[in-house]
Amino acid sequence: MQYPSARTANKPPSALSDPPLVRYLLTTIAILFLFLILVLPLILVFASALSQGFSLFFAALRDPDALAAIRLTLITAAIVVPLNTIFGLAAAWTITKFNFRGKSLLITLIDLPFAISPVVAGLIFVVIFGARGIFGPWLQAHNLPVIFALPGIVLATTFVTLPFVARELIPLMQTQGRDDEECAITLGANGWQTFRRVTLPNITWALLYGVVLCNARAMGEFGAVSIVSGHIRGVTNTMPLHIEVLYNDYQFTAAFAVASLLALLAMATLLIKFFIEHYHRRQINAGTGD
Amino acid sequence: MNIRALNISKSFGTFVALRDVSLTVPSGRLIALLGPSGSGKTTLLRVIAGLEPPDAGNVFFDNHDITTARANERRIGFVFQHYALFRHMSVFENVAFGLRVKPRATRPSRAAIKERVMSLLKMVQLDWLADRLPRQLSGGQRQRVALARALAVEPRVLLLDEPFAALDANVRKELRGWLRRLHDDIGITSLFVTHDVDEAVEVADEIVIMNNAAIEQVGSPEAVRAQPANDFVRHFLGLP
Repeated sequence: MQYPSARTANKPPSALSDPPLVRYLLTTIAILFLFLILVLPLILVFASALSQGFSLFFAALRDPDALAAIRLTLITAAIVVPLNTIFGLAAAWTITKFNFRGKSLLITLIDLPFAISPVVAGLIFVVIFGARGIFGPWLQAHNLPVIFALPGIVLATTFVTLPFVARELIPLMQTQGRDDEECAITLGANGWQTFRRVTLPNITWALLYGVVLCNARAMGEFGAVSIVSGHIRGVTNTMPLHIEVLYNDYQFTAAFAVASLLALLAMATLLIKFFIEHYHRRQINAGTGD
Repeated sequence: MNIRALNISKSFGTFVALRDVSLTVPSGRLIALLGPSGSGKTTLLRVIAGLEPPDAGNVFFDNHDITTARANERRIGFVFQHYALFRHMSVFENVAFGLRVKPRATRPSRAAIKERVMSLLKMVQLDWLADRLPRQLSGGQRQRVALARALAVEPRVLLLDEPFAALDANVRKELRGWLRRLHDDIGITSLFVTHDVDEAVEVADEIVIMNNAAIEQVGSPEAVRAQPANDFVRHFLGLP
């Protein structure tokens, strides 16, 4: 059979190779698309933020409401990320190391926050903890605000970011199986020693990866938090909510200034993720050579 | 230390893995659990190890009922088919693991651990690979490390689950003879699972033939071959 030309004679054609024209066309489309949809908007965010000069940019970030929003976002992430890390570890451990009834249901349930709209997630917490909700009157009587306060924001964010760590760990731990843990136990290790010395080193990179993604989403979450926060300026506005408020007030430069800070956080996250992947790959490659 | 399993039953859902099985491994012997896959031999080994709780029956080590003892309290050495070496630890650290996780009161000193690990690695002829990671070793080397690791804690019994099944034929043959000699040297009560008739015949003092969740016949390789108990045993051993 005659293959299309344009291939060097001493290089056998690979099953996946296309004619150069197709290859260039596809590459161009992909790069153009990425530029239009991802890179250009990002550049425009920074450009708009700095359009009125650096002084206005920094003034927008030094505004008390902005500072309060930044603080609230950081506090929320600082609570949510450890919570979901612990949950993710516990869920992945349970699912991969034990057999029990309803296991596949649990795996499906973990994905629920991905499937459900964040707005619905926010509403769920309003129904449970809101003034007219199930526990609302009791909470009000004991002066324990949940909705329109930090606990509600933390709950909503926890719900939305719940799958990240567990989702990273479960497939990895499933492929690794139970041999290592069983072996550690036959060697006399207790449960904690087994986890600390055998399981954790095996999953370090996936765990870090999950934590980084969880953190990115926790800082950026808008929909669910928007429902439960009540948009009280300087009190219950997180960074994404603060940006929306500024935008609706026609304070575009200020909105973009805070937005650029949030984008910077996201890019830092991506950078960390990149280094984790890079370093992990180097670790895997090291030593397999001989 | 002899091992006695008495009337062990175990099911996984609707699958019956062991049906009222009893087995004795006399002290200091090397016994092969031989049978086709799905015959329950690995499950029996794991029940003895404490990795799988039996539905019914008891396990004794020297008349001590250890049925409810956890695997980490049984002082056993267990060798896995796929080695189960800790991939992030050096060969040395793998072998040292069982010593390092001991409670402070019974844990040997740093120097004593080093001495013990190196002497074990010498015994399996791998002391020159102490600093390597498991992935840098061949299959045969890995299984020898796994064996050294299992022996490091001075186990009362040695349990091996298809220890050579993942190795290629030449290495398998070499390691068989090596296991036999090792057993002759240290004389630890040993039970190993295999589906390879030649392996069982060549290595074991006694063969326990299992089929369909039950034991079909027990005896020395010669006795079993001279007088197979039934058609299954005859066919399985490849006798006319």
